[in-house]
Amino acid sequence: MTVVPNMPKAWRIETKPHKFCPGCGHGLVLKALGEAIDELGVQERVVFGCDIGCSLLSWDFFNADTVQTHHGRTTPVMTGIKRARPDRICIAYMGDGGGYAIGAQHLVNAATRNEKITVILANNCNYAMTGGQMAPTTLPEMKTETTPYGRDVEETGYPTQGPEMVAAITGETAYSARGTVANLRQLKNYLKKALQNQIEERGFSFVEALSACPTNWSTNAKDTWHFLEETMPKYFKIGEVKVPVKEAKESNTSQGNHTKQ
Amino acid sequence: MSMPAVELEAKTQRKQAKPIEGVKKVFMTGNESVAWAALAAGAEIMYGYPITPQNEIMHYWTRLAPRYGKQFLQTEDEISAGFTTCGGVLAGKRAFTATAGPGNILMQESMSMAEMLRLPTVVIVQQRGGPSTATVIYSQQETTLTCFGGNGEGLRIVYSSSSHQDLFDYTIKAFNTAWKYRFPTFVLGDGYQAKMRESLHIYDPAAKGIKMEKTVPFVGQEGMPGVDRAPAHLRNTFNTEEELLEVITGYVAEYQKIAPEIIEYEVIETADAEIVLVAHGIVARAAWAAVRALRNKGVRAGFFRPITLRPFPAEQLRKAARTAKKLLVAESAQGQLLKLVQEALYGETVPIATYLMPGQGITAEELSDYVMELRSNKTNREGGSR
Ligand SMILES: Cc1ncc(C[n+]2csc(CCOP(=O)(O)OP(=O)(O)O)c2C)c(N)n1
Ligand code: SF4
Ligand SMILES: [Mg+2]
Repeated sequence: MTVVPNMPKAWRIETKPHKFCPGCGHGLVLKALGEAIDELGVQERVVFGCDIGCSLLSWDFFNADTVQTHHGRTTPVMTGIKRARPDRICIAYMGDGGGYAIGAQHLVNAATRNEKITVILANNCNYAMTGGQMAPTTLPEMKTETTPYGRDVEETGYPTQGPEMVAAITGETAYSARGTVANLRQLKNYLKKALQNQIEERGFSFVEALSACPTNWSTNAKDTWHFLEETMPKYFKIGEVKVPVKEAKESNTSQGNHTKQ
Repeated sequence: MSMPAVELEAKTQRKQAKPIEGVKKVFMTGNESVAWAALAAGAEIMYGYPITPQNEIMHYWTRLAPRYGKQFLQTEDEISAGFTTCGGVLAGKRAFTATAGPGNILMQESMSMAEMLRLPTVVIVQQRGGPSTATVIYSQQETTLTCFGGNGEGLRIVYSSSSHQDLFDYTIKAFNTAWKYRFPTFVLGDGYQAKMRESLHIYDPAAKGIKMEKTVPFVGQEGMPGVDRAPAHLRNTFNTEEELLEVITGYVAEYQKIAPEIIEYEVIETADAEIVLVAHGIVARAAWAAVRALRNKGVRAGFFRPITLRPFPAEQLRKAARTAKKLLVAESAQGQLLKLVQEALYGETVPIATYLMPGQGITAEELSDYVMELRSNKTNREGGSR
């Protein structure tokens, strides 16, 4: 007897098992996203865009209209669609290289214009698809293919603080948070709030998800989990960085600084 | 706040009104005529980033568009302008952008995606000098870039306009060609055409019997994906060489098949010509005037102008070249049109003289003088070149 594992309704069963490496965080981010879409009941309206990077492996992941774009360019493609079809729920999915390096100008300006799209970014501290080079999010001293002796912050700076940057430049009605695949329930919650912000046409929404890449980290299960749960959060604080003013008032939480939940 | 009913009605009426009724004679800049053409063609959204000499396309669009319920987004750069235009098209809208020079370079990335996904994007290019920032008004140095930019096979359609009337006509046509054949389509102008004023007729396409092609959304159709319909899964990445080869071979075959329907050119008095002037864009006007002047002097000169640079009217040029004693290719670039001509004429023996002025305008007088010079054999080289 074959047991069909419990999958989000929004997933496309025909394309499962998915194409990511075993232990990869991307699949978990997309699980949380699938559940968020299910719970909000918006699958029919979703247009999903994925970047170049391991996120491209999700080009046939959902039972939702999907466009796989270029490295860093998913934000403008989704912006273009949203501007032309405001009734669609446009989700741009990308890696840390795509969002914080090659597509940084798009992220910054979409956030500044408070585009009514949702950007979801998987932070795995490296350029995974190209074989593990330094990314803007690579941790100090962390070894990658292009920092074989460890990232030297004197030479290459500190890891990008994405949700904090977005929160600083985007509108009062925007949402910005950092979750982790180590806490899927929380991540799903953030994703739901992000999507809700778009559904209610309030403004931009951004969720970074700390995500595992055992292949390029060269870690076994235990070390992968340790890096994800213990090491990464030292540099990347988990929590909501910005909640829309309206929502903040409703739930009576003050806006800003990493309200954990 | 709700809008008073009268105002709302007025607004809807305005939105429904046709931007141009029938045919109107006007005197305007080329950029203005592009904005009117896009409106008349039913373009719904423009995405753009400022660059001279196309700025006024945006300026006129942003003034006119809201009156007809159309949209505009000023993007952070031309990479974004190109990709948001792809987004607009994916959403099923007649979307367009306009650019020039360094902006045209940045737009090649998105246009390569448009080639791969077969997106009917429309881009107006008002060429300026190059390489680099160079001059801001004029050249024909974006011919190769516009025809073949991108890491692919140049599966795009490029109309080269030579007047304000052309800019208007071919902007409308670009939307139809793009949506009919699903290849990214360009109108290649220049800053002279963009910035000067000239008389032309603007019109409602319907008044000329032009039917606008239907647009269809690539994503966001009605119905639950996976239940009522298959989801659209559009990708530009492939796993194997065989997979890619199959896709590209199919695209190329289709492009070649439709090319004869798309190709446009102008040919005048080549049958008895001792010399045929070959030029495109605004230089074709100088060439045409030179041919008139030469004929008046009794010189048997002919004229060939490719209107589509991609696909190129190769057969038609060969035919004109076969009866000619000599060709003279003239352009404001160092041989970008020339390459297209040489490729088209491969195997023919007709000598080709050249008049190449990268980044500089060319007058009819210069060309007719040069033809006289060539005839008096003052120019020694085989074909004659400048
Ligand atoms: C314009 C361009 N430059 C470089 C590349 C090569 N490239 C493909 S994926 C990638 C890195 C992806 O890293 P990230 O965005 O962090 O995603 P990940 O694979 O880590 O999930 C790069 C540099 C490309 N495809 N396009
Ligand atoms: S290389 Fe890393 S990010 Fe890419 S699929 Fe494998 S584990 Fe995931
Ligand atoms: Mg990465």
